[in-house]
Amino acid sequence: MSRARDRRETAPSSEALLEARDVHVSFTGRTGLLSGISGRAAPVARAVDGVSLAVKQGEIVALAGESGCGKTTLARTIMGLERPTRGDVFYEGRPIRDDLRGYRRRVQMVFQDPTGALNPRQTIYESVAEGLRIHKLPGVEESLVADALTRAGLRPAERFFLLYPHELSGGQRQRAVIAGAMVLNPKVLVADEPVSMLDASVRGEILRLLLQLRDDFGLSLIIVTHDLGLAWTVADRVAVMYLGRIVEEGPAERVLTQPLHPYTRALLDIVPEAGGLERPVLKGEPPDPSNIPPGCRFHPRCPAVAGGTAADAGVESLCRNEDLGLVELRPGHMVACHLALKTHGDAATADAGGSPVPNV
Amino acid sequence: MNSRAHADPPPTPAPQSARSITWTRRKRALGRTWRTYRRSKMGMTGLIILVLIIGMAVFAPLLASSEGLSAAKATGGVLDPPSQHPPLGTDDLGRSMWTLTVWGSRISLLVGFAATILSMVIGSIIGIVAGYYGGWSDRLLMRVTDWFLVIPFLPLAIVLASILGRSLFVIIFVIGVTSWPGTSRVVRSQALTVKTRPYVERARALGASDWHLITRHVLPNVFPLIFANTILVVAVAILSETTLSFLGLGDPLQVSWGTILENAFTGGAATINAWWWLVPPGLAIVLIVLAFTMCGYALDEILNPRIRRRGIVGAVTGRVEDGSEASP
Amino acid sequence: MSLLTVNDLRVEYASSGGWVPAVRGVDLTLDRGQVLGLAGESGCGKSTIAHALLRLLPPETRVRGEVFLNGQDVLQLKPGRLRAVRWAEGAIVFQGAMHALNPVRRIRDQLAEPMILHGQRSDKEAHLRVGELLEQVGLPAKRGADYPHEFSGGQRQRVMIAMALACDPALLIADEPTTALDVMVQAQVLNLLKELQEDLGLAMLFITHDLSVLVEVCDRIAVMYAGRIVEEGPSDRVFGAPAHPYTKALAGAFPTIGDPIFRRAPAGLGGDPPDPQALPTGCPFHPRCPQAFDECPRVDPPLFRAEEGHVAACLLVPDDQPQGVGA
Repeated sequence: MSRARDRRETAPSSEALLEARDVHVSFTGRTGLLSGISGRAAPVARAVDGVSLAVKQGEIVALAGESGCGKTTLARTIMGLERPTRGDVFYEGRPIRDDLRGYRRRVQMVFQDPTGALNPRQTIYESVAEGLRIHKLPGVEESLVADALTRAGLRPAERFFLLYPHELSGGQRQRAVIAGAMVLNPKVLVADEPVSMLDASVRGEILRLLLQLRDDFGLSLIIVTHDLGLAWTVADRVAVMYLGRIVEEGPAERVLTQPLHPYTRALLDIVPEAGGLERPVLKGEPPDPSNIPPGCRFHPRCPAVAGGTAADAGVESLCRNEDLGLVELRPGHMVACHLALKTHGDAATADAGGSPVPNV
Repeated sequence: MNSRAHADPPPTPAPQSARSITWTRRKRALGRTWRTYRRSKMGMTGLIILVLIIGMAVFAPLLASSEGLSAAKATGGVLDPPSQHPPLGTDDLGRSMWTLTVWGSRISLLVGFAATILSMVIGSIIGIVAGYYGGWSDRLLMRVTDWFLVIPFLPLAIVLASILGRSLFVIIFVIGVTSWPGTSRVVRSQALTVKTRPYVERARALGASDWHLITRHVLPNVFPLIFANTILVVAVAILSETTLSFLGLGDPLQVSWGTILENAFTGGAATINAWWWLVPPGLAIVLIVLAFTMCGYALDEILNPRIRRRGIVGAVTGRVEDGSEASP
Repeated sequence: MSLLTVNDLRVEYASSGGWVPAVRGVDLTLDRGQVLGLAGESGCGKSTIAHALLRLLPPETRVRGEVFLNGQDVLQLKPGRLRAVRWAEGAIVFQGAMHALNPVRRIRDQLAEPMILHGQRSDKEAHLRVGELLEQVGLPAKRGADYPHEFSGGQRQRVMIAMALACDPALLIADEPTTALDVMVQAQVLNLLKELQEDLGLAMLFITHDLSVLVEVCDRIAVMYAGRIVEEGPSDRVFGAPAHPYTKALAGAFPTIGDPIFRRAPAGLGGDPPDPQALPTGCPFHPRCPQAFDECPRVDPPLFRAEEGHVAACLLVPDDQPQGVGA
């Protein structure tokens, strides 16, 4: 089984600030008593199944996909909260496990549930100061906390010192979580669905804040989201994940308007628009990482396979039998799809424009 | 309280130093808990009874001369019924029941509290360690807990008393050792819950060590539960001491309510109708156990988040008093 | 005569500070086969309305106004008649309904239950109908023998929809039916609801905070803020050319992918939805409104006509030409 050359794996990444290289994260399920006796192996869920991702300084990368695609697991592995089964995460060229504590001052996290992420028994001051206390950072604690709160848009900062999370609105809570991360002066923020639990009208504020942090402080951002609209709003680059792999990656303008992978195309198609057009919706449920299909992992749900386009292009047997990695079809734009490869050829001869995957 | 960013600023100026912030926070939390507690009639009744009885134990020398405990110095006649003096009558040695009951409270409460402290400390540590670390340490500790859970309380007391002799230490030890498993299970499940909370993960992402997580997050969240549990355990401990003393395993040189009852029983108080020999200590026990239980119930209401926080507002609008915005 | 007519619905709930208004005078009309969307965020009262329509609010609430369903005022019905109306004339799919299934009973028994309770069908007929219902929502009939835990989240939501349809109601109230679901599954469930609505001629009241979803499914949209309807009109007009500043902000949160206007320009409001116990004076939206002016804190605007069939409760509306109203 040949694998298409994945350029990312071999090229040195001197530019990348934070890099995941060929990361695999697997979880073993629990064996029940009976299956343990009968010798049946516990199901292994390959949540992240070979992902390489690099983030440059000041870059905003959106990690998009449905639930079960592994984006949250990847984010947590990048944060060092999960240990990769294979591969590793590098910061400034060095593995993060060499100095995890120091790494934490460089890369911080913003969580999906701002209410849950704050200890309800602690004041906002204490929640934000926690990072300072853990790392015993020098400086006047009160002014560092006030500074972080101000940077996160909570003004005047002193007003928030004595408040509890339940006295704040959802948007303010998320700002407090961001302040708690910013107080360590990180270079990278990993945000796991930072606005999905906030009211829709408040989301823009938080996104504006994140953009501002990038513009003012050169912060890099990895934003995990299922919402491609969000990716369109803030991301420089988009990486679309499916069943533990990145299936398409490239500049946001390209990936979201001229997608090369049928899955990306399907995700874009279901974003509702005025007019209520009939749009094709993928059948079936988000797939199970303990049961990854052979060949291209998307082929059972792929509209191109189901609709015959793959067969017409002569790649159907490849789709069903050959797994493949990301291939750079256009500068900076990579895709893992036999059909796209066939239709567009190798990157060497690709020009700037090009037709996206035929509409299936 | 639902103040928002653009509402009026708080009436008092915010303190600037970190320490005063923590202190203010603790004071406010205590104040809130007290105000909620005050509203519970049952809790206040229990608290008043407790204060009275503990007061009685603490101020025993002021209430009755300790000389009255010694049979040689007994002033009253044998088995005098209650009258002007002594107010509660006397026992078979002529000792005033009032003196006995007042001084007996000291031993009963001492044993109760000591045993409870022993039990809570062991139970909490084991519960937190098992709940937080999980894995094989959890399994090991839980098996040990199960083992202790099964030990029958009374036979152990009898065996130990016969080996080590009858003393307060034996009683405290027996009660402590047989009651910690219950605590550890409760604490463990709470620790498990807290461990999975997002704010614990956030602290981990910030770089917190296990010690930080346990002391700063798990313990404060487990503590209220431990406290409420303690209240109930004290009641049981006092009752257990009474039982053991009543059965003759207590220290014969000490006067506790249990030993008074034991004397009364062996002295045939029921047959000779000397009710004043049985009633004061018996009533005292009932009252204090009742008082602890009432306080425990009141605390339980405070701790139960659903009753305390949701209220009617939360039920209808989804906006819970603690501000979490569930969509209505 | 329309299927559902709500007149000046007011809901207050008891709190330590007195009666707090959750819904402050809402009028709605829904004809047979029509789909009305109710949009808004936390605290606006939309879920309260959903519960109020079938009198499902807890006893500590005070409900006033009229809710005419099929000509009867639901708020005045006697308990027996009310129970008959519930489910058979109007059914509701709750938020997080997929968690409302009894884990120890088979799906087919839970689906048959409402039919049997309403005396509409015998046991045998009910179980036959269960198979039909499952097929209708896109699940194989034989899955009726399974237990809830054997279904995925999306499948369970389909079961809840099937359950709502069990007694052939004319009105279906869907309270955030797709919020907890994954995007692809959400799209599937939305498609299902659309199909069912067309096939069965259902009237639907679709409640969600996701304005873009409403545009797909609904004929008309009403936007709620602080217990009142602040805008109502045809869905493409409300979404495409909103008249009320709040709707504009809400619509801005759902960008059109591919439109460069939205690139790196997140649209959002500051502040947060008002506390029902402490509503601002005048127009409740004025503290957060980018277009507020000095009249706004003084006057709580009624619904003004922005264009034909499209109203908005904003003082700016009467001055604008209908064509000028927009983002």
